[in-house]
Amino acid sequence: MPGETGKRNNNERLGEITRVNGPIVEARYMEHAGMLEVVEVGNLHLIGEVIRVRGNAVTIQVYENTSGVRPGEAVYCTTRPLSVRLGPGLLGTIYDGIQRPLDRIAAQSGAMIARGEKTDPLDTEKKWHFQPLATVGRQLQGGEPFGQVQETLSVMHKIMVPPGISGELLSIVAEGDYRGEETIAVLRDADGNERPLSMFQYWPVREPRPVRTRLQMAQPLLTGLRVIDTFFPIAKGGAAAIPGGFGTGKTMTQQALAKWSNAQIIVYIGCGERGNEMTEVLREFPELVDPRSGRSLMERTILIANTSNMPVAAREVSIYTGITLAEYYRDMGHDVAIMADSTSRWAEALRELSGRLEEMPADEGFPAYLPARLAGFYERAGRVETLQGNEGSVSIIGAVSPPGGYFSEPVTQHTSRFIRCFWALDRDLANARHYPAISWRNSYSEYLVEIAEWWKNHDHSWKNNRDVLMDILQEESSLQHIAKLVGPDALPDSQRLTLFTAEIIKNAFLQQNSFDEVDMYCSPEKQSWMMRLLVRFATQAQTIIQKGATLAEVHELPGLERLMRMKSEIKNDDTQAMAALEQQITTGLDGLERSIRA
Amino acid sequence: MKMAGLEYCGARNIDGPLVFVDGIRNVAYDELVEVTAPNGELRLGQVLDVTSTSAVVQVFGGTDSLSPAGTRTRFLGSSLRIPVSKDMLGRIFDGLGRPKDGLPQLLRAERRDVNGLPVNPYSREYPRDFIQTGISAIDLMNTLVRGQKLPIFSGNGLPHNRIAAQIARQAKLLNEDVEFAIVFAAMGVKHDVARFFIDSFEHSGVLNNVAMFLSLADDPSVERLITPRSALTLAEHLAFDEGMHVLVLITDMSNYCESLREIATARGEIPSRKGYPGYLYSDLASLYERAGRLRGGAGSITQMPILTMPSDDISHPVPDLTGYITEGQIVLERDMFQRGIYPPVAGLPSLSRLMKDGIGKGRTRDDHPHVASQLFAAYSKVKDVRALASVIGEEELSPVDKLYVEFGRAFEHRVVAQGEYEDRSIEQTLALGWEVLRILPRAELLRVSEEELKQYYDQSQSTTTVLKS
Repeated sequence: MPGETGKRNNNERLGEITRVNGPIVEARYMEHAGMLEVVEVGNLHLIGEVIRVRGNAVTIQVYENTSGVRPGEAVYCTTRPLSVRLGPGLLGTIYDGIQRPLDRIAAQSGAMIARGEKTDPLDTEKKWHFQPLATVGRQLQGGEPFGQVQETLSVMHKIMVPPGISGELLSIVAEGDYRGEETIAVLRDADGNERPLSMFQYWPVREPRPVRTRLQMAQPLLTGLRVIDTFFPIAKGGAAAIPGGFGTGKTMTQQALAKWSNAQIIVYIGCGERGNEMTEVLREFPELVDPRSGRSLMERTILIANTSNMPVAAREVSIYTGITLAEYYRDMGHDVAIMADSTSRWAEALRELSGRLEEMPADEGFPAYLPARLAGFYERAGRVETLQGNEGSVSIIGAVSPPGGYFSEPVTQHTSRFIRCFWALDRDLANARHYPAISWRNSYSEYLVEIAEWWKNHDHSWKNNRDVLMDILQEESSLQHIAKLVGPDALPDSQRLTLFTAEIIKNAFLQQNSFDEVDMYCSPEKQSWMMRLLVRFATQAQTIIQKGATLAEVHELPGLERLMRMKSEIKNDDTQAMAALEQQITTGLDGLERSIRA
Repeated sequence: MKMAGLEYCGARNIDGPLVFVDGIRNVAYDELVEVTAPNGELRLGQVLDVTSTSAVVQVFGGTDSLSPAGTRTRFLGSSLRIPVSKDMLGRIFDGLGRPKDGLPQLLRAERRDVNGLPVNPYSREYPRDFIQTGISAIDLMNTLVRGQKLPIFSGNGLPHNRIAAQIARQAKLLNEDVEFAIVFAAMGVKHDVARFFIDSFEHSGVLNNVAMFLSLADDPSVERLITPRSALTLAEHLAFDEGMHVLVLITDMSNYCESLREIATARGEIPSRKGYPGYLYSDLASLYERAGRLRGGAGSITQMPILTMPSDDISHPVPDLTGYITEGQIVLERDMFQRGIYPPVAGLPSLSRLMKDGIGKGRTRDDHPHVASQLFAAYSKVKDVRALASVIGEEELSPVDKLYVEFGRAFEHRVVAQGEYEDRSIEQTLALGWEVLRILPRAELLRVSEEELKQYYDQSQSTTTVLKS
């Protein structure tokens, strides 16, 4: 009888299932199990994690569908916390929430994910070309690299001593090809124990990887999206949220950021979202070329896919899996950016599990610890000095899917406490197919101050130009209220010019076509130029109108149509064309000004 | 170690659709249960929660006339499976896959778990094949592609059924003639609605390619929870084993969600919004995600669920969560319907997320993405102008704004509106799009390229006229 196994095999660390309630399983005879330990549940050996201990009874959240599991079946302890395997071979791979490689799962079980599938997260057979960076006799600290592997053509992978281990290097292999699990170096720690090291290491996902110190943010994470880079910039190491109702373009924006932001590594977490979106990334990224390295975007990308129809508990953990991989690359000294789409689905997974645990709910059924969990996640972002003394950063960009698109709900509200950059997606803009639909009224970035310094070195009038354009947009918002009552024609020409200029800023600058070959990515230089032209036009046209020119005359200015189309008609590096356009506009404005005086 | 056939007498409690059974052993989560009522009637149920000695059983046939003493339960050893076979096309079944048309049960068919297994995202093929529905509002502005899940958000009294039937009748791929099937699932709809679809399929001569799963308004509400799963299980077999292109029509998702809420309430679960359970999103996803194409596979599942928004509120949990999962939505607008526009597809809130990769060069026509974007932008402006006109009067509008008003009218009446049996080609639809864009001054059209303006805007009316005739 399966019911008796638990008692008989206690010394083999077996427990017995007493209750199955969806993804929540209760078991007894589990005195060996610790909190957050990984266990294998039932005859199918489904992966689960202990989330509550009461005497010798435990509650387990299971990361796979528990259909068919019976009370009485065994629970197997593993004695380790839920961990990810780190090492070369992560890049370019698509994993599920508990780091099972989906490509190899597909090779094993076909198009549908069968239960109880086990595969090593990293290919243990593949040989990597290892170059030693340390010599025998050297004292190595945790986090210090002792070798490196060219993981992809654009990314150098440092092989580091796992944090928490240190000692004298007793031996290290010569440069050559080795498998990930082979012992390639041996340390002798302070207690005299020999510690063999391989290229692979484990790290528990719920524990942030240690760093030496946290640094002030100084550089922008350039995204190629004008509305972000110019108006609401994010710093490398910063945390941003993109809240928006369905169809406002969260995923589109996330994908654009994953494509064009100037991080060296991208971790893209599809958390409780659509399967086809991950397929799209898988199909598209290998074909896209990183504008900086000239290599395929897939070479710097790790995908974590726990789509909405995959088990809900694994959705909860996928966020942690993703951030741990990101921290690992950060520790090598890379700038890493995480796209988490969508953190609301993660919060909902928490809510669902909490409900099944019969915990007392707080706001809208979410558990009381939701803000603490959100804070814990976003605090893993940051620009740091790593254990080896390099600089590295993890930036987090989390999508939020508020029910009904109302930002007053708990996830949006709590998230906005722990991020400093808020890109609010606007339903009206999305309806007009104005993408990215980031509202210039409701968004903000607190990183502006830190980043302005960086821009100043590239373009000394950047901050000023940005503020001028922003003022025009804000003034337009208030003018629109009046215009909606009396009609725009009732306004004086100077105010109508503001409406007109704001319209140009919206169409020519803020709106960006992610399918247009030129416009999909806008370099910082081109952004500076575009702003300069717009500011030039806006200020001088205003002066001329004050002096008595009519709006109609301004409408007729040569070059205006080109100004409207410069985003797609002028290439990123074509400064000549920009200068020529500036010339054309200035000449037109000067001419108009002269004609008034005359 | 399954004690097959062991029957338990009596139940501890009966609460709504749930039966609580004590003294059981070795029962699995999700296991299928045969419940015998005191009068001998057999019903099926499913285990929702199980401990070593007790189980919570959800009874699909409802709990009418069950009594704690007289109820007997037998646990059948596996989860609910339904037969799947190509022979099921042309037949009518109940929500649990049992024949409802008086014909015998299929004998040789393979039986599949109705819950299916999640598709590995790695194994999916990204859907890109344009489906021409012959409805301009969809083809031009919210294009459907093969393998997409595109729901119709409707309201009571709006013609969602007629539109769904028209799509089922007209949908085709350009230059391709392939084997197709329709799987139709009805949950909690009235008999005459089911009748309407049967008649409509019969009229267009496709009835032999349709499998129907009907759990109508007077059937037990719990059965509705299984109905779409039965339908999708068959659809998966047809698409991924038989290589057919399957269109799945599901109506009405709001009824499904209500059944789910009923169960959750009976179990005393903590509700989230409007009493719906916190896992409504995951549950809906487990249905909607069963659409798409597989890498290297021939077939596809295109899903078109219909839901009626309670009091036309798109932020109600059912349409809201649906919109977060599906790849867009066709929203029907009561105002347009009242003005006699069929199909009353709302211009702005409707969306097809997969459209961008299904249209344009080599798929429909090069200018299609830009024309669609331009129409959206212009129509959005129309809404602003109309709002302004309602304050200051149409006469006071600027000349350009007046053109927008005219454009809006033309767009609604010439592009969106069409006959229930009118099947427009994509070329006709695009020509109509340009025709109404020509009402606007050239300088307003920033989303189409200069070359496209030259080719389609500046040209004489002749081509359009030819196409229309």
